[in-house]
Amino acid sequence: MGEVLAQAWAVARKDLVLEFRTRTALVSAVVFAALVLTVFNFGRDPTAVPTIDLAPTILWVTFTFAAMLAMNRAFQLELENQALEGLLASPLSRTGLYWGKLVANLVFVAVVEAVGLPLFVLFFDVPVGRVLAPLVGVIALATLGFVAVGTLFSALVMRTRFAELLLVVILLPFLVPPLIGAVQVTARLFGGRPLSESVGYLKLLAAYDIVFVSLASFLFRFTVDE
Amino acid sequence: MLSAEGLRHTFGEGRGQVVALDDVSFTLTSGQTLAIFGPNGAGKTTLLKVLAGLIRPQAGSVRIAGGRRAIGWIGHETHLYEHLTVRENLLFWASLYGMPAPRRGPRAAEVLGRLGLGDRADRPVWSLSRGLAQRASIAKALIHDPSVLLLDEPFTGLDLAAAAELRVLLGELRGRGAGGGGRVLVLATHNVDEGVELATDVAFQRRGRFVHLAPLGGRGPSEIAEAYRRAVEQRTGGVTDG
Ligand SMILES: Nc1ncnc2c1ncn2[C@@H]1O[C@H](COP(=O)(O)OP(=O)(O)OP(=O)(O)O)[C@@H](O)[C@H]1O
Ligand SMILES: [Mg+2]
Repeated sequence: MGEVLAQAWAVARKDLVLEFRTRTALVSAVVFAALVLTVFNFGRDPTAVPTIDLAPTILWVTFTFAAMLAMNRAFQLELENQALEGLLASPLSRTGLYWGKLVANLVFVAVVEAVGLPLFVLFFDVPVGRVLAPLVGVIALATLGFVAVGTLFSALVMRTRFAELLLVVILLPFLVPPLIGAVQVTARLFGGRPLSESVGYLKLLAAYDIVFVSLASFLFRFTVDE
Repeated sequence: MLSAEGLRHTFGEGRGQVVALDDVSFTLTSGQTLAIFGPNGAGKTTLLKVLAGLIRPQAGSVRIAGGRRAIGWIGHETHLYEHLTVRENLLFWASLYGMPAPRRGPRAAEVLGRLGLGDRADRPVWSLSRGLAQRASIAKALIHDPSVLLLDEPFTGLDLAAAAELRVLLGELRGRGAGGGGRVLVLATHNVDEGVELATDVAFQRRGRFVHLAPLGGRGPSEIAEAYRRAVEQRTGGVTDG
């Protein structure tokens, strides 16, 4: 176990160094998030639908698609010089590789969200201040689940020709449960309702995280080994 | 110790099927170097990938004393991250092999020096020439002091001096293994001149099959080259196997 964690950390650290040096996926994801929020901001008609009703959906749609851009990078970068072959021939355990990618992806998506959330608050003028701590908690809970699934699927599609497209298509159905949960909880928070009203959805999010992190950790080996 | 028993592997199906490995068996003990000569498409890379555990053969088995950890593999590709420096790449690979952190730096410096990369250690891999990247790739494969070295066309892209140095290095590696004994080297190439000097054993591979497997004996490069031509290259049509 200790060794697996050490290997996972080595992989994650390497990915973070690579990404912060090249910044390709991260920048495109952040720019994407900013663009989507801007478009929504100018496209909405506050007299027709109150902002507060639309805001949770907009927030999560933005986070989801920006996260997909970031997650695609995870295994694409291992195809350069066939580094993945080297990894698979080394004593690196498959679980260590998966967890390393998962941690790196979580950091990337967190960065995208950390930039996206203030922009969102700025554009949509939602009362985030009072609910910041529970909101961050919900974001973390939902993000863990869908990044766990996204990391697994990005390994699955990496060698296909339309990896980016395919990832979106096969990932979206799996993202429906955590997205519904996240949107519902977020809406209640913005509406000034106590967190206790969202317990059911929070349980759903937690259960999704537990199930899919374990399942993906187990299934990952079948995506990379021939 | 490295042994392969009855390896068989094919790609594709039906009429397009390619037999990349056809009943390949051999055993090597420390100090032995097997040079595998074969034309393009003969199945050399497939064999090395099976030995490295990357391809699960459809039949047969591989046994390596020490398992994955004991293997150093130099493939067609460098396996290096272009946006890391040569040293960062080496440190990363060292960590995957469970080398304790304080030992990684000195070990990387040692290997880099041995490959003549000391003054380029802190340059990103993308800025290296093909030959220098190949040397970095060799350094990466040696970082954990493997006792079994699998070398797929290791001389590709090296200039004459670097190729000569690599031959000296491989000769030394063969002789002095981790535990005082020698290492096992398997070297695949289509160029007889490149490997024969190092070999204790030679195999000629064609269409997945070892058509010749024998100790080098006292035979020199020209004799081996002649035997290779007779065994492999005298055939009708095509310049490649497969
Ligand atoms: N992944 C693959 N899918 C389909 N066919 C493959 C695959 N890998 C190898 N082959 C085929 O198997 C045969 C053996 O290939 P291999 O790469 O092992 O040859 P080689 O001896 O290394 O050739 P070279 O000297 O060109 O490197 C070839 O016909 C090749 O086209
Ligand atoms: Mg080859």
